[in-house]
Amino acid sequence: MTPQRRKRLYLVLGIVVGVSIATALALSSFRENVTFYFIPSEVAQGAVHGDQSFRLGGMVKTGSVQRQPGSLLVSFVLTDFKHEVPVTYDRVLPDLFREGQGVIAHGRLDSHGVLIADDVLAKHDEKYMPPKIAGTAPTARGGS
Amino acid sequence: MLPELGHFALVLALLLAGLQAFFGILGPALGRDRWVAAATSAVAGQFVMVATAVGILVYAFVTYDFSVLYVAENSNSALPLMYRIAALWGAHEGSLLLWIFLLAVWTLAVAIASRNLPERFAARVLGVLGVLSFGFLLFTLATSDPFRRLIPAAADGHDLNPLLQDPGLAVHPPILYTGYVGLAVAFAFACAAMLEGRMDPDWARWTRPWTTAAWAFLTCGITLGSWWSYYTLGWGGYWFWDPVENASFMPWLVATALIHSLAVTEKRGLFKSWTLLLAILAFSLSLLGTFLVRSGVLVSVHSFAADPSRGRFILIFLGLVIGGALALYAWRAPLLKSNAGFELLSRESFLLFNNILLVVAAASVLGGTLAPLIADTFGQPSLSVGPPYFRPTFLLAVVPLLLLLSIGIHANWKRGRLEAAARPLLVTWVIAVALGAAVVFGFYAGRHVLAITGIGIGSWIILSSLLDPLDRLRRHLSLSRAVLGMTLAHIGMGVAVIALTGVESYTSERDLALSSGASAEVGGYDFKLMGTQPVEGPNYSAIRATVIVSRDGRPITTLYPENRTFWVQQQTRKVAGIYNRYGTDLFIALGDDLGAGRWSFRAQIRPMITLLWLGPLFMALGGALALSDRRYRQERAATRAAVKSALGAAR
Repeated sequence: MTPQRRKRLYLVLGIVVGVSIATALALSSFRENVTFYFIPSEVAQGAVHGDQSFRLGGMVKTGSVQRQPGSLLVSFVLTDFKHEVPVTYDRVLPDLFREGQGVIAHGRLDSHGVLIADDVLAKHDEKYMPPKIAGTAPTARGGS
Repeated sequence: MLPELGHFALVLALLLAGLQAFFGILGPALGRDRWVAAATSAVAGQFVMVATAVGILVYAFVTYDFSVLYVAENSNSALPLMYRIAALWGAHEGSLLLWIFLLAVWTLAVAIASRNLPERFAARVLGVLGVLSFGFLLFTLATSDPFRRLIPAAADGHDLNPLLQDPGLAVHPPILYTGYVGLAVAFAFACAAMLEGRMDPDWARWTRPWTTAAWAFLTCGITLGSWWSYYTLGWGGYWFWDPVENASFMPWLVATALIHSLAVTEKRGLFKSWTLLLAILAFSLSLLGTFLVRSGVLVSVHSFAADPSRGRFILIFLGLVIGGALALYAWRAPLLKSNAGFELLSRESFLLFNNILLVVAAASVLGGTLAPLIADTFGQPSLSVGPPYFRPTFLLAVVPLLLLLSIGIHANWKRGRLEAAARPLLVTWVIAVALGAAVVFGFYAGRHVLAITGIGIGSWIILSSLLDPLDRLRRHLSLSRAVLGMTLAHIGMGVAVIALTGVESYTSERDLALSSGASAEVGGYDFKLMGTQPVEGPNYSAIRATVIVSRDGRPITTLYPENRTFWVQQQTRKVAGIYNRYGTDLFIALGDDLGAGRWSFRAQIRPMITLLWLGPLFMALGGALALSDRRYRQERAATRAAVKSALGAAR
């Protein structure tokens, strides 16, 4: 092998090793850091294991939003029109959070089955419905 | 009547794009020079038709023509003029038209600038661009006609999405799209080279300015989007790893790699097939981005209404374009062998590592973006992949990249000697680490090892980039604009790294519940609510809070965060109150009425945030500076001279 070829071999080997390490790390980071997404029916069927944090998608049930006057703490119910999950949240709600709107909440279930949310996302589109619910919901509005 | 003309103009544009593709690709292949010449005329015709269509749609918006469905859905009689024009790209149909228009503009620019390129090669480039235009025009006409009539006409429009009624958003999409679409030019150059089966160093010199220009626009567009989301949408967040953000970021990463590999191809005639692959990849990712955004397969804050037929069409188009280009690559790339060697510590190696790491970074973003889709397809439980995945994975690729950058810019072409640069590199490294430590311990009182690393890496890039230019200045040697541009772009990178580190490490954030006269402390600043009052805008009503910010008892500024409720759609949008103090943003956004006289707020102190916008701006300016380098200007001068002599001969 000429020195030049050997050098090139080392270079290629280095790249292969580097890329494999990166892939392995990325995959392990992936396994640890993905979050599952559920809808209330799946929660009702026991899809959530113990203390696992997850994302819950659903429509905010009309009339369910309750707030202690003067406090940030707010509670509401997310529904997929079959099952419901109560949620509490103590931060500022997003702009498009309204009753009857589709939202996604991230957090953990407490022992009473209440989702203690640390993040609530609302879609910036009033036609939005969280995935998997779109088929089951009564259509409020025709397609565009 | 006019909207029908607009529709008709699009049909004509479709035909012309077809001719452009036909003549541009078959003309050189069959050696018919008249066909080759016809491609350019088709470009001009197509541009005129597309511009007419755009003009008609803008006119419909400006004159409140609510008999056009798209106008009725995205405008309103109370909408100010500026937003009536920006409403053009406020939803799916119009933004597609904008895409087509920008492609026509780029194509026209290529046609004009490539008069001094070999005719057949230029025709092939235009032909490939014609294929892309044709595909998008067909898509528009088949699934998303912006001129569809609404009968009977609406009395008034449904209004533009309130989130888009903002100066930042009025300019963000066109600039981002200009970048996206600009990558089509590099793609077309790559395809043309493969069709020719030849790729000389000139090829890289022709392709470079186009790629750099597209990249600079992409850089600006992404930054503007981030800035906009910072002050309206995200409660002070500037990057969410949202699928659509990723969709714009992946082409950027690959385009950055492409710029660097083009440099090697131009200077040394190496990396030829790799460069071609990157050019294909960069544009493919920008098409994939379009697919992800338009089809609604991924849930994102950006996606417009989902329509399966659109998704299917784009997916097929995507398959044809990418598949076709890759097939061409498999067939032709082996012709383009280069066999010059280089040593391990040569500039070529460093640029190779740059490329690999950038592509790995793009791949990790792609993996995270597509994972939910893949899991869904295989019936796995729905996943959501967020910052906890993206941050470490991305850093893993980018940290080595940034470290190698500081060293790599001092490496020589071909030879692997770094001894001459070793001393200054070491000195700058020591200064950079000291700077990092000084900022972390002295100014922000400790906390993170990561902060020292980040600020150190950023400072090292800046200092190391400055070494060569300063040395040349000291020796009264001239500096080319290309080198100055590169230096400025690298400094921008360093600035962005420092800013990201600072913002991520030292942001203080609190959610507050305040009543009038009450105050709360966030990050050393006091926020005192003076009161709230209703205000009226042109097409919205708002609640405006008055908040006095002070530090150590001395008032600094008064902020007026607003919650605007737009009349037509009854949607709310926040406008945060922001005051910039020595590069640090004092930020407050108004939340809801909590009852009992209290309002919710989110207050943030974000140090170094100004640098976060300046860094990318430097990068884009660096790109612009490199574009204006003499090498490319000489070419233009040569064109002018050729035109002049031709005219003289004609006389």
